Amino acid sequence: MAGKTLYDKLWDAHVVRDNGDGTALLYIDRQLVHEVTSPQAFEGLRLADRPLWRVAANLAVVDHNVPTTGRADGIADPISALQVETLNRNCREYGVTQFGLLDRRQGIVHIIGPEQGATQPGMTVVCGDSHTSTHGALGALAFGIGTSEVEHALATQTVVQARSKRMLIRVDGQAGPGVTAKDIMLAIIGRIGTAGGTGYAVEYGGEAIRALPMSGRMTICNMSIEAGARCGMVGVDDTTIEYLRGRPYAPSEEMWDQAEAYWRTLVSDEDAEFDRVVTLDAAEIKPQVSWGTSPEMVVAVDGVVPDPADEPDETRRAGMQRALDYMGLEPGTPIREIRPEKVFIGSCTNSRIEDLRAAARVLRGKRIAKGIREAMVVPGSGLVKWQAEQEGLDQVFKEAGFEWRDAGCSMCLGMNPDRLSPGERCASTSNRNFEGRQGAGGRTHLVSPEMAAAVAVAGHFVDVRELEH
Amino acid sequence: MEPLTRVEGLVAPLDRSNVDTDAIIPKQFLKSIHRTGFGPNLFDEWRYLDEGQPGQDCSDRPLNTDFVLNQPRYQGATILLARENFGCGSSREHAPWALADFGFRVLIAPSFADIFYNNCSKNGILPVALPVETVQSLFEATWAHEGYRLSVDLPGQVVMTPEGERHAFEIDPHRKHMLVEGLDEIGLTLEHADEIRAYEQQRRQVTPWLFTDVEPV
Ligand code: SF4
Repeated sequence: MAGKTLYDKLWDAHVVRDNGDGTALLYIDRQLVHEVTSPQAFEGLRLADRPLWRVAANLAVVDHNVPTTGRADGIADPISALQVETLNRNCREYGVTQFGLLDRRQGIVHIIGPEQGATQPGMTVVCGDSHTSTHGALGALAFGIGTSEVEHALATQTVVQARSKRMLIRVDGQAGPGVTAKDIMLAIIGRIGTAGGTGYAVEYGGEAIRALPMSGRMTICNMSIEAGARCGMVGVDDTTIEYLRGRPYAPSEEMWDQAEAYWRTLVSDEDAEFDRVVTLDAAEIKPQVSWGTSPEMVVAVDGVVPDPADEPDETRRAGMQRALDYMGLEPGTPIREIRPEKVFIGSCTNSRIEDLRAAARVLRGKRIAKGIREAMVVPGSGLVKWQAEQEGLDQVFKEAGFEWRDAGCSMCLGMNPDRLSPGERCASTSNRNFEGRQGAGGRTHLVSPEMAAAVAVAGHFVDVRELEH
Repeated sequence: MEPLTRVEGLVAPLDRSNVDTDAIIPKQFLKSIHRTGFGPNLFDEWRYLDEGQPGQDCSDRPLNTDFVLNQPRYQGATILLARENFGCGSSREHAPWALADFGFRVLIAPSFADIFYNNCSKNGILPVALPVETVQSLFEATWAHEGYRLSVDLPGQVVMTPEGERHAFEIDPHRKHMLVEGLDEIGLTLEHADEIRAYEQQRRQVTPWLFTDVEPV
């Protein structure tokens, strides 16, 4: 019999019962809750008079709606304020631990889970948010769910799931300098497409993935959903274990050795079989820039905007044309000639301390270019912000002309006041370049933090590898 | 949830691939704390010429008359025809809530994003995946014949055209059962509460640290 993949191990360990119809009842170890996808779930529980199954398995935070400036004055938008207040009330009423707006630990739900050690290897982690895949970087089975499932998980500590197929994405070799986890992931999505991972649980492996710190692995797993996969994961190794040591919710000292021994088993067996294997050579990956309105519409920074005329498939061709019209781009335009007006460094993809350090390295001693109307850094959590300030990174950003904000989702989706105006072009370290994602009519180019910093300085896209720093 | 067995209705063709949930229901409407009332803002950025705000009366907003759902011939449609990877992106259940609130009960496309597919079936919407060529032929028939209707039989797992063609589709038995009976999944799961408790007990022995409570540090 062939060995087991990491996914199989995690799945098998969490099956409460096989429903006998292709689905299983899967036990959930940790549920993360935020203000946007939970109000209707709590409302449902209240209507049916159901309690939470295991209150202390849940951790809540406000992130999507929150302003990134002037927090002490509260939230100006009354509808946002009501949603945040609704989460406060639900958490109080049901006894769920919550990091409120003014808590130093507040931040984007997918940043704070690992940061607090609240998401760990071997866990099943759910959240009413598709980027829950992020937590798979720790060797967990983590996936986004809808609000009905949030309610189901709150009430039963389980979700009903069908087993996924298994895909291995192996990135061999070493990535060159200036080529980040974000570039690797955008290259993967460019290769397999935004539906390439549909129906699969993806494991990332290979030398280039192993070489990444946890922050980079989280960036990769985070964008699994942009490749169509509900979950992405990386097997446990020393990097994983060292990351967890000393985190507030990590296992206590008495249980640490036992936990560590278990975690070490959370890798795919040598002889495990996958339903699909995709391999990439890291050495061939260059810094990436998205040109269209889907994360698969991506090219290397030294490339040009593609021509729909070269696409044989009619539906795809029409999609490309629509994207070009929306983005205000002509086929054949060199990526380097595209000039964004805004730069956003943040989101659950790229707002960890390592991301800020990388961007600051490029910016040190420089100023943003004239054509850049606004450049903004939004740390992933209050603790990331604090850490950056200890290291003086805030000064580097401010001296370069960036705004230094409070933690939250911010311009990744623009539910708070941070958003693009129609026609505005933005270099963004976030994960989605959909039409209107960062504000109605806004045009998003997805890049790494280094590339975002580089474009801020140059005023147009540049290959960060050519900048002196 | 309202049971869904057979839907016979007018078809609206949305000829775009990779339609994401941000497009189905833009973020500003996610601020609602209710499950209903999203219908007027379905595809908001495509349907109207101005930028929609939550809580606004949509009846006198300027319509984008080019958008397919605004064309008189598709008014009252209950079946939406779409292209591949429909519902990709954000996990927001507001997307199926908006589709249902607008009046759609069946979606037909070559493929759907996983989370969205799941969310639909929990809200009385049936997502039907059919081969690309079949979907293409349905698009052509819908464009060609004003008032084109389809009949979808969930128990029989078949889509029937007025021309008498029958297109069989797959759906897992669990989802089908939930939809046909209009069941409350939480209630069903809680019938197995003992098994959940037994599982927890055994896990507490093997991996006790997983049961350390998340409490304010
Ligand atoms: S940062 Fe963006 S992608 Fe991440 S959880 Fe927030 S809105 Fe979603």
